[in-house]
Amino acid sequence: MTDTGIGARVLRKEDRRFLTGGGRYVDDINRPNQTHAVLVRSPHAHATINGINAKAAESAPGVIAVFAGADTAADGLGGLPCGWLINSKDGSPMAEPAHPVLAQGKVRHVGDPVAVVIAETRGQARDAAELVEVDYTELPSVVDTATAANPDQPQVHDEAANNTCYDWEFGDKAGADAGLANAHHVTKLDLVNQRLVPNAIEPRAAIGDYDSGEDRYTLYTTTQNPHVIRLLMCTAVLNLPETKVRVVAPDVGGGFGSKIYHYAEEALVTWASRKVGRPVKWTADRTEAFLSDAQGRDHVTHVELGLDKDGKFTALKISTVANLGAYLSTFGSAIPTYFYAPILAGVYTTPAIYCEVLGVFTHSVAVDAYRGAGRPEACYLLERVVDAAARETGLDPAEIRRRNFIPESAQPYQTPIALVYDGGNYQKNMEDCLAAADAAGFEARKAESAARGMLRGFGLCCYIEFCGAAPSAVAGALGARAGLYEAATVRVNPSGSISVMTGTHGHGQSHETTFAQLVSEQLGVDIGAVEIVHGDTDKIAFGMGTYGSRSLPVGGTAIVKSLDKVIDKGKKIAGHILEASADDIEFKDGQFAVSGTDKALAFGEVAGAAYVPHNYPLEELEPGLEETTYFDPPNFTFPAGCYICEVEIDKDTGVTRIDRFTAVDDFGVLVNPNIVEGQVHGGLVQGIGQALYEGCQYDAESGQLITGSYMDYCMPKASDVPSFAISTNETKSPTNPLGVRGCGEAGAIGAPPAVINAVVDALKDHGVTHIDMPATPEKVWRAIHGGATAMAAE
Amino acid sequence: MTMNVSMTVNGKAVAAEVEPRTLLVQYLREHLGLTGTHVGCDTSQCGACVVHVDGASVKACTMLAAQAEGATVVTIEGLANGDALHPMQEAFRDNHGLQCGFCTPGMVMSAVDIATRHPNPSEQTVREQLEGNICRCTGYHNIVKAVQAGAKAMGG
Repeated sequence: MTDTGIGARVLRKEDRRFLTGGGRYVDDINRPNQTHAVLVRSPHAHATINGINAKAAESAPGVIAVFAGADTAADGLGGLPCGWLINSKDGSPMAEPAHPVLAQGKVRHVGDPVAVVIAETRGQARDAAELVEVDYTELPSVVDTATAANPDQPQVHDEAANNTCYDWEFGDKAGADAGLANAHHVTKLDLVNQRLVPNAIEPRAAIGDYDSGEDRYTLYTTTQNPHVIRLLMCTAVLNLPETKVRVVAPDVGGGFGSKIYHYAEEALVTWASRKVGRPVKWTADRTEAFLSDAQGRDHVTHVELGLDKDGKFTALKISTVANLGAYLSTFGSAIPTYFYAPILAGVYTTPAIYCEVLGVFTHSVAVDAYRGAGRPEACYLLERVVDAAARETGLDPAEIRRRNFIPESAQPYQTPIALVYDGGNYQKNMEDCLAAADAAGFEARKAESAARGMLRGFGLCCYIEFCGAAPSAVAGALGARAGLYEAATVRVNPSGSISVMTGTHGHGQSHETTFAQLVSEQLGVDIGAVEIVHGDTDKIAFGMGTYGSRSLPVGGTAIVKSLDKVIDKGKKIAGHILEASADDIEFKDGQFAVSGTDKALAFGEVAGAAYVPHNYPLEELEPGLEETTYFDPPNFTFPAGCYICEVEIDKDTGVTRIDRFTAVDDFGVLVNPNIVEGQVHGGLVQGIGQALYEGCQYDAESGQLITGSYMDYCMPKASDVPSFAISTNETKSPTNPLGVRGCGEAGAIGAPPAVINAVVDALKDHGVTHIDMPATPEKVWRAIHGGATAMAAE
Repeated sequence: MTMNVSMTVNGKAVAAEVEPRTLLVQYLREHLGLTGTHVGCDTSQCGACVVHVDGASVKACTMLAAQAEGATVVTIEGLANGDALHPMQEAFRDNHGLQCGFCTPGMVMSAVDIATRHPNPSEQTVREQLEGNICRCTGYHNIVKAVQAGAKAMGG
C-alpha cells in the first residue's frame, strides 16, 4: 500500500527547485560560445518592403551577422505550417497564404519579423537592430473583425479574396431555421468575445545549437510540445530529417496555449546557429511577446435561441466572424471551427443547432488556442443567451436551465452536432452550486447592498467542454493533419526505481507529481521512487504534447497502459521464479504473490531478475522491464459544472467587485485534489480577467497594438479577484481507464458568462440587457448613466 | 566602457566589470549565474525579478547594478538555510502556491518582505501588498493562503 496514489493530496515533487531558484528555463541556459539574436520587427501594420540596408548594423560593435527574408529564401526555408485544413460551405479548401519566417516583400502586422541581428551580446544585438534601415511604403490596414471581409477593405493576402480564409458551417441549417420559425419566442443577442493575450509570465525564448561534428542541431525552446515542434520545423521549414534535430523544452513558465505553436524564432535560431557556426540565443521581452505570441478569442457573434411556450429550447442558430490575424498559426484555423461549434449544445437538449463561421484575416497578430480554445467562446454565447431568454420569458435563470438539461438518464448523450457526451449529472452540478452559493440568501444580500447604495447581481453558468484531444480518426476526418494520440514509456530500472517518459509536457500542470501518483497507485511504490521525464525528443519516444486538458486523459492513460504491461510481464517473471503459472500470480501491494500462498517476490526483486536473467524464462520472454504505449482515445472527455458569481457594483464609479464565486465541477476521478483546485483557481482568474479586465486593442486607423505592455493590458492582480469556494462531483469518464476528464481549462471557460450574467443582473433595474467584455468601470458606468445613448454619442 | 561594481550577494562578496547600463537583474543572472531571479516584463510590473536589497524588496529589473554598489543583496537562492527551506518557501509548497514556478521567486521574496512589515496580515492586506507581482497560473487563491501561513510561521 502507498499513501501517494490516486486521490492523495501529496505535495508537489517539482516545488523544491522552483522555490529555491533551481528551475531551469530556456533563458537560464547558456551554451558555450553562444551569440544573441534580436529581431527587427515591422513598426507598421501593413507595408511593402522596398529594401533593407543592414550595412551600419553589420559594422556595429559585436555584430556577427544580419539576416533578412532574402537570406532565408536563398537557403530554401519553408513557411510556418498550419495543422488543420478547413473547408468552406462550398467544399473549397481554406485560403492558406504563406507564413514566412522573415517577411518576404511585405509586412502584415506590427511585429511581423523582418530581419534578425546576431551579435556577441544581447545589448549589442539590440543596439545594432536599431541601425537596420528598412525602407517601407505604408499601406492601409484593417484590424476590425466584424468588417474585415467587406469588399472595400485593404487586403491582407492576394490569395484570400475579401480577407476570407473560409466560410464554414456546421450543424443542421434547415432544422435550426424551422425550429426558430416555429418557436414561441426567439431571443437574439449580438456579442463580442474580445481578443486576449495569453501572457504566460515567462516570455518565449529559443536557443539554436548546431554541432558540426555530429551534423546535428539542438533547439532549446519554450514549448508545450517538443515533438510537434521538431516535426513541424523539420518537415515544413528546414527540410531536415528528425534524426538531425533534438528539441528540448526544459522548465517552461506557463503556456495556456500560446506555447503550442511553431514560431518563426525557433526555426531562425536553429538555422542561424549553423550559418554563424555558434549557438544563437533569443529571448523575447514582454513587448515582443505582445507583438508575436499568438493571441486568443476575437469573435463577433449573432445568436438566436428559439423557445417553446414552456421555455424548452427548440433551436439555436449562430453566425460568427472569427479573426484569425495576419497569418494562420499552427491550429488557428481549427479553434473557431471544430473546437467551437461542436460544443454549442452545451448541457441542454436543444434539438436543432446550426453555426456558421467566417474566418477572416486582418493586419494583427495571429490568433490561435488560448486556455479553453473555442469552448469559452461557445460557452459564453450560450450561457449569455440562455440568461437573456430567461429574462425575456420571466423565468428564473436556474429554472430555465432545469427545463432544458440533458438528464443523467440520457447519458451517453448523442448531441445533434456530432459529439457524444460521456456521462454526468448537469442538474446536480447546478443544484449543488446553488446550495453552496446560498442562492436563497441572495435577495437579502442584495437588499443589504442596496442599503449601502450598491448594486448586487447574481450570475449563473452551466458549462460543458470537451477535453482529451483527440480520437485521431475523428480529428482526421475533420481536417486535422496530425494524429492526437499520446505516447508513454515506463522503464523499470534494475534496482526497481521507475522512469516514465511521457510525450506530454508540464509547464505548471504538476505532471511530475500527478503522473508519479499513477505509478505509485499501480505499482505500490512511493512517488519518490518515480521520475517523470518530459520535454526532450532524444529521451522520449514521441508525443503530441500538452494542450486541451489532454495530458491526464490521454497521456496519463498511455502511462497506465504501459504499467499494465509491466505488471503482466512481471507476473510471467515471478511465475517462473516461484514455479507457478503466471495466471496464478497476483500483483498487490507491491508484491507478486502466488494466489493463496505466502510465496511472493517484491517488485524490486522481479525488476532485478529482468535485468539479471539467471533464473528467467529466456526462451519465452526478453530480459528487461520497459514498456511503451501509444494511446489513441476512443472519444473526448466532457468535464462539466456550474459556476455562480455574485458581484457588487458601485453606481458612482462603475467598479465591479466580485463578492463571492462558487464552483462545482465534475472532472471525473481526481488524482490529486490540491492540483485540481489550483487548476480551477487559475482558470477562473483568467476567465474573470476576460470578463472584467483584459482586452487586446488595435488602433483602427493605424493597426498599432495599443495594449502592448502590462501598463496598457490589464492583467488581473491579487487585489482584483476573490478567493473561491470550489467543490467537485465525480462521474467517472468511461473514455479512459482512469475515469478522468481533465481540469485545466474549465475555469477559463465557465467564468466569463457567470461574471457577465451577474453584471447584467446587477444592472437590470437600469434597463441594461447586455454589456460586452471586459466590463470595465467606464463601460459599466456608461451603461448605468445613459447606457447605449451615451456610448453612441462618443 | 565598463565600470567596477562590488556588493554582497547571498552572503558572499562579489565584484565585476560591467557595462554601466547593466541592470541588477542582468548582473545577477548573467554575471553571477543566479538564474532564480526572473524577467517577465519590461515595465516593472510583473515582479518576477524581486530581490532584497539592504533588506527591502526591490525589482531588480528597475535598478542598475551600479546602484547596488556596496549593497547587501539576497536572491531566492539565498533564502533557504542549506537544505532547510525558509518558512515562506515551505508555506508556498504546503499551500500549492506555485504552478509553473516562473513568478515564484519574486512572489516569495515579496512575501517575505510583506510578512516582515505585516506580521499577521489579513487576506485583504496580502492581496493589496501583492500589487507588484503578477501570477498567471494560480489565480492567487493559494498564494494568499501561503503568504498568510508563511507570515505566521515566520513568527508573526
